Amino acid sequence: MASELRLSRAKLAAPFARRVEELSGENPYACYQCGKCSAGCPFADHMDALPNQVLRLVQLGDEAALSLSAPWVCASCHACGVRCPKGVDIARTMEALRVLALRRGITPTPVRPDRPYPQIALIGAYRKLTP
Amino acid sequence: MDEVTVFIMGKGYRVPAGLTIMKAMEYAGYRLTRGCGCRGGYCGACATVYRLRGDYKLYADLACQTTVQDGMYIAQLPFTPAERPAYRLEELRAEGQTLLSLFPELARCVACNTCTKACPQKLEVMDAVQASLRGDIPGVAELTFDCVSCGLCTMRCPAEISHHHVWQLARRLNGAYLTPRAPHVAQRVAEVEGGKFRAELDRLMAMGKEELVAAYKARDIEP
Amino acid sequence: MKTLAYFPGCALKDQARADENGTLAALARLGYEVREIPRWNCCGTVYSLAQDDLMRHVGPVRNLLRVQGMGEGRVLTLCAMCYGTLSRSARFVEDPERLRRINAFLAPDAYNGGVEVVHLLTLLRDEVGYERLAAQVKRELNGLKVAAYYGCVLLRPREYAVDDPDGPTVMERVVEALGGGAVPFPERMECCGAYLTVTQKGVVEGRVGRLLRSARAGGADVVVTTCPLCQFNLEERRPAGAPALPVLYLGQLLAWALGADEPAVGAAITGISSGVRHG
Ligand code: SF4
Ligand code: SF4
Ligand code: SF4
Ligand code: SF4
Ligand code: FES
Repeated sequence: MASELRLSRAKLAAPFARRVEELSGENPYACYQCGKCSAGCPFADHMDALPNQVLRLVQLGDEAALSLSAPWVCASCHACGVRCPKGVDIARTMEALRVLALRRGITPTPVRPDRPYPQIALIGAYRKLTP
Repeated sequence: MDEVTVFIMGKGYRVPAGLTIMKAMEYAGYRLTRGCGCRGGYCGACATVYRLRGDYKLYADLACQTTVQDGMYIAQLPFTPAERPAYRLEELRAEGQTLLSLFPELARCVACNTCTKACPQKLEVMDAVQASLRGDIPGVAELTFDCVSCGLCTMRCPAEISHHHVWQLARRLNGAYLTPRAPHVAQRVAEVEGGKFRAELDRLMAMGKEELVAAYKARDIEP
Repeated sequence: MKTLAYFPGCALKDQARADENGTLAALARLGYEVREIPRWNCCGTVYSLAQDDLMRHVGPVRNLLRVQGMGEGRVLTLCAMCYGTLSRSARFVEDPERLRRINAFLAPDAYNGGVEVVHLLTLLRDEVGYERLAAQVKRELNGLKVAAYYGCVLLRPREYAVDDPDGPTVMERVVEALGGGAVPFPERMECCGAYLTVTQKGVVEGRVGRLLRSARAGGADVVVTTCPLCQFNLEERRPAGAPALPVLYLGQLLAWALGADEPAVGAAITGISSGVRHG
């Protein structure tokens, strides 16, 4: 993700950040960008934006957060939340982004099982990745 | 004659009380070419949903089995699109993940129980979905024995499961692999293959129409 | 005999049968009469984290309702995922307004709240006790070197952790009580990739490679888990070159050590004493 931020009054006033806050129950503005979440995320290598960067986009009201791969790589492992000094449960923010995207018809990781899977694998995948 | 008012696809009709929904529709002038089969509650073709005035519930039932009530809002659902992947029973095994592999969407069930509430046969539909999910094939076969494939559960399911196709596969697997063989069936198959009924069939095939009708009328009927 | 309501979960009736069989055999030997809850349904596996997704909590709460119907006040889970979902849903409906809304879907039944969800590990630690467990051992694990793998949901979020989320010891202590040796395993609290196994195989393979190498570096002969999805990933998503450690369920170790029939553990121990090391 580009490290350059383009701030605008319109973005900050946009309802996007509030909608994510409502859906996640987490206050995105509590985050002070220390990066501990990203340091501990076991999937950060596969994300196009690190967990703290995802939160930053939400803070800025930037809907680009909805087209990132990060929420779809996040496995809700909660490694980030347990180490956040501000008590932000980032897994919930990631979930809110997935839910918002799915409700808008964005399904970047369709679930098409290629072999028999244990029930819990399929249940988890369908619940997290399909509308 | 007592009459009630029903609304069929949004249009009101006065129909005699005591009719089934199906007969009321015909009374109102509908000619049913779909959504009607056995008229006896067996074929599942006449799936219907309705609401009653002043009641939030969406009811689901079979039109041939349900009596009209005053103020019923009725719509028929003659067909529910449902997905059934192609399979060959002889290539399948009656084991844990067979149902789930062919119908992975079973894993989408949220256990809301909406399907059970919709079932005109009063089956424990959610329990059957759960049994399918965990691979309990005899359990599914048992729970769904009376399913008439009306599709009402499928229409209401938020998980978009094609219930009756799952049931059918479970019963097939159960019948083919898990139920003890009936010796008299094998014996009869051997008799058929051995030509025991050949002569009688040949005799029937050689009959003219009138002779055949007479023979049909004179056939043995179990009391 | 102490009765104990039990929620198996789908996987324990299928791919993870060995865990159920082993644990139930062990619990019987520890004096428990385990009663499977009637007409249970899938717990949902992944707890819904969205605020407006009430429907996803109906399933888990329905299971708590069934426990209530048995006249029991707590329910045992073996699977880590089931534990996570059920314990979090139990907490979710402590709020009366949420409970009211969920009960609207369970009508004419109603859940009254208050059912406690316990995981096998906490039961062994807090109720059986390590000493009593050790005293019941019939067949030592012969120092089998075990990498105790926790993964995510047993420890996170903090409020639901079965042990200290920063430095858990319960699984290691259980293994030691059974006569096994718990090896250092720095990655034991890291996620295996969970359900991403369906859509992003490569990501999970990367995780599993790291986990297995970490376990092997500590000297492990086997990995032990309570999660059927971890078990699946560690065996089926092992990348080329990663150590092929057998991945057993805790229930299998328990059963073997307490003297029940458990061929997989027997094979692992024989393999090791005859000098065959995996990987
Ligand atoms: S750890 Fe917490 S405060 Fe730090 S960047 Fe992540 S979310 Fe923000
Ligand atoms: S919950 Fe998601 S973002 Fe947080 S550490 Fe786990 S994978 Fe990373
Ligand atoms: S199970 Fe479904 S398809 Fe079968 S009778 Fe009941 S509602 Fe109809
Ligand atoms: S309606 Fe669908 S999601 Fe609900 S319990 Fe039935 S099968 Fe499951
Ligand atoms: S017409 Fe066959 S069930 Fe109603």
